[in-house]
Amino acid sequence: MASLKELKGRINSVKSTQKITKAKQMVAAAKLRKAQASAEAARPYALRLASVVGSLASRVVLSDNSPRLLAGTGKDQVHLLVVANSDRGLCGAFNANIVKAAKLRARELAAEGKTVLFYLVGRKGRAPIRRDYPNAILGAFDTTQVREPGFAEAEAISAELLALYDAGKFDVAHLFFGKFKSALVQEPTEQQIVPVPTPKLAVTDGAVVTYEPDEETVLADLLPRYLRNQIFGALLENMASEQGASMTAMDNATRNAGELIKKLTIQYNRSRQAAITTELIEIIAGAEAL
Amino acid sequence: MPLLFELVTPARLVLSEHVHMVNVPGAEGEFGVLEGHAPFTTTINDGVIRVWRTAGATPEDIVVKGGFAEVSTTGLTVLAERVG
Repeated sequence: MASLKELKGRINSVKSTQKITKAKQMVAAAKLRKAQASAEAARPYALRLASVVGSLASRVVLSDNSPRLLAGTGKDQVHLLVVANSDRGLCGAFNANIVKAAKLRARELAAEGKTVLFYLVGRKGRAPIRRDYPNAILGAFDTTQVREPGFAEAEAISAELLALYDAGKFDVAHLFFGKFKSALVQEPTEQQIVPVPTPKLAVTDGAVVTYEPDEETVLADLLPRYLRNQIFGALLENMASEQGASMTAMDNATRNAGELIKKLTIQYNRSRQAAITTELIEIIAGAEAL
Repeated sequence: MPLLFELVTPARLVLSEHVHMVNVPGAEGEFGVLEGHAPFTTTINDGVIRVWRTAGATPEDIVVKGGFAEVSTTGLTVLAERVG
């Protein structure tokens, strides 16, 4: 049985932990609102771009000189897994789930005899992937310097990926990130980014559209932009997911701490009463013995 | 009938309003868009978009970088990676 002093110490330590988790929960809730708003604001651009790229890609007939970003390298050997994680912890299993999804895919691809390489975005995915695939990491992008990853980061990442693609380092790239469903549910999602999958065609108004200078040139110009925007979208989703996961995890932690405090307080009061009773019995017994 | 002009960046919808005319620095030369322009899509050079809110008004200049313009039956949409 722990002494009264020890119990008191434990209650206090749990209380201060609870204060921290509660503060983190409130911060996450505020950040979540902001992240959701910016994800919302990014939607018009993504929709328009997807519809233009979609209608263009459906017109252009794939040939030898069509853009490599659309047609691929003609091989399917080297797969690059781009894994986007957050930089901070305290968000439950959010990062672990993304890494798990990526590793699962890596094992599948390896079983098919493909070469698997990794490109890591964010700090939290580095250690677990490096542990299993120490020699397969092609590159990493550090987002710890910026407060929240934005378009500039997406630009830098896609520029690096395009350079690697042009250098023939990989044939197919998949992007892994946490898709934001709600504050409670974040889904690790896989998306092929290179070669660019043709977006599903949005509604066309049937009008004959002409392209200047010509369809191929416009498409070649738009494809890197489309890739960039997909990475940007993933970063935004990731940010909202991270905050959502953090909020839920911290809410649970705060509640658990509350329960623990309740239990410890009952135990503390019981031992205190026991001590008083023992003392009384001792005094009475002493008085009776006289 | 005014022209619906929308300016969109990856981060947000910058502008969406009815204007008289817009002058866009297209890849194949500058072009002006009025209501009822034939639909077409072009990449645009980094430069200045001029917006006339009403006929004869002083034009308003918006600097854009890295984008393309889409003229459809509903209006003109400029997608730019950077604005201002």
